[in-house]
Amino acid sequence: MPHLLRAGDRGWLLELDSSGIAHGVAARIRASSWAESLEDVVPASTTILVTVRSRDDVARVGTALETLDVSASLAAGNSRIIEIPVRYDGADLDGLAASTGLSVNAIAELHSSVDHVVAFFGFAPGFAYIDGTPGLLQVPRRDTPRTSTPVGGVAIAGGQTVIYPGGTPGGWTIIGTTDFVAWDVSADPPARLDVGDTIRFVRL
Amino acid sequence: MSLLIEQPGLFTTLQDLGRPGYAHFGVTTSGAVDRSAHIAANRAIGNPASAATLELTLGGLVASLSEGRWMSLTGAPAPVTVDGEPVTSRAFWLPAGSTLSVGTPHAGMRSYLAIDGGFVAPPVLGSVSWDSLAQIGTPPLLSGQRVAVGPSSQGSPVAAPARVHAVTPVVDFRWGPRHNVFEQADLALFATQKWRVSTETNRVGVRLEGATLASRHGSLPSEGAVVGSIQVPPSGEPIVFLADHPVTGGYPIIGVVAEAQLWQLAQATPGMGLRFMPVVD
Repeated sequence: MPHLLRAGDRGWLLELDSSGIAHGVAARIRASSWAESLEDVVPASTTILVTVRSRDDVARVGTALETLDVSASLAAGNSRIIEIPVRYDGADLDGLAASTGLSVNAIAELHSSVDHVVAFFGFAPGFAYIDGTPGLLQVPRRDTPRTSTPVGGVAIAGGQTVIYPGGTPGGWTIIGTTDFVAWDVSADPPARLDVGDTIRFVRL
Repeated sequence: MSLLIEQPGLFTTLQDLGRPGYAHFGVTTSGAVDRSAHIAANRAIGNPASAATLELTLGGLVASLSEGRWMSLTGAPAPVTVDGEPVTSRAFWLPAGSTLSVGTPHAGMRSYLAIDGGFVAPPVLGSVSWDSLAQIGTPPLLSGQRVAVGPSSQGSPVAAPARVHAVTPVVDFRWGPRHNVFEQADLALFATQKWRVSTETNRVGVRLEGATLASRHGSLPSEGAVVGSIQVPPSGEPIVFLADHPVTGGYPIIGVVAEAQLWQLAQATPGMGLRFMPVVD
């Protein structure tokens, strides 16, 4: 049974019991008979923010969300597999090697050997938080964020990987570089990744 | 036809009702920070609410038109002159070649300048709005720039009452979604404190000062946030999210400002006091 928290005049925050099902539940919400009342559906790790266009619909949608079937069978994401080529040449690679005791080669092998999954978007347009960092590579954010990050910087923190669009501040450990463009405002849809996509980082 | 920008002022951008529906891709709604003033500016000259206006932060605009048109100014009340002659009505006629000058508002932060037919620019994801966080949309206006104007709407002006800018506004809000990670004493403090608007205020949000709130969780896994969210970072000083807010955040949100009251935050000037008043259905 999902837990429903109020998020302003026109919003609900749906709290899920388990991680890994948010994108499946969000897809079910978007496919519901009441989806036309919705403005935004924003899945994150264990929550989904749902906003309605009109305040008149907030109670009705809240009731529908409370009775939503969020059983594990809905957890399946989409079946897309996207390969992202990475040069493991990041500025923080040597520091990560020193702190983990792993070789640079082993870090690259570890990161590129496992399937990742797009968990949610945030921070900037098309900026995907990608779950799946192997345990040995799970490091906290840097104490002092960089004031600017490189274009296509592939960076890790906690259990996630991100690709920096370039120019923004950022506190994650940069392990590599990619030419993969995750966001193109002239494309439809502008985001090349979607929540639930399986990501394979391919070592160059 | 077009509006020639002679002086853009401190920070002048094109704004409409923004780009809702893209938050799951990391794109926030953006649009006019004071939506009700944007809509009122359009209504005053018969435009649809979606027509683009100029959002002026602390005034300072000097501009002229290639053809005469009806215009209107709402939001932060700023002195308007046409060829040096004061304009006192909300809607006014700007003749071709005459100089429009908008001074510094005597209250509030943001004024909205609308024109019959609306301002026109290439939309990005359905909106011309400049999103200052994502850096998408129509960039801030520069001296010498021409802003295109759409065909006259021939609509009927609708009057709207002028707003009163209170010295210490009381802002309605709704608790949650994460008020339950705060102690009762901090919840009470939030709702009774006279907060002060800090100098850190922009289209993304407004930081408040005057007290600090402690939550049981310094941060949470990132989750979706709506406009008006009152986020409490580890420093304990609340930040109220405005139009260009990040779509997700990892600090607990103690409450959300009622939409009808968001204009109070949009217009709050540094140093000003304000209080929050919880509402329930």
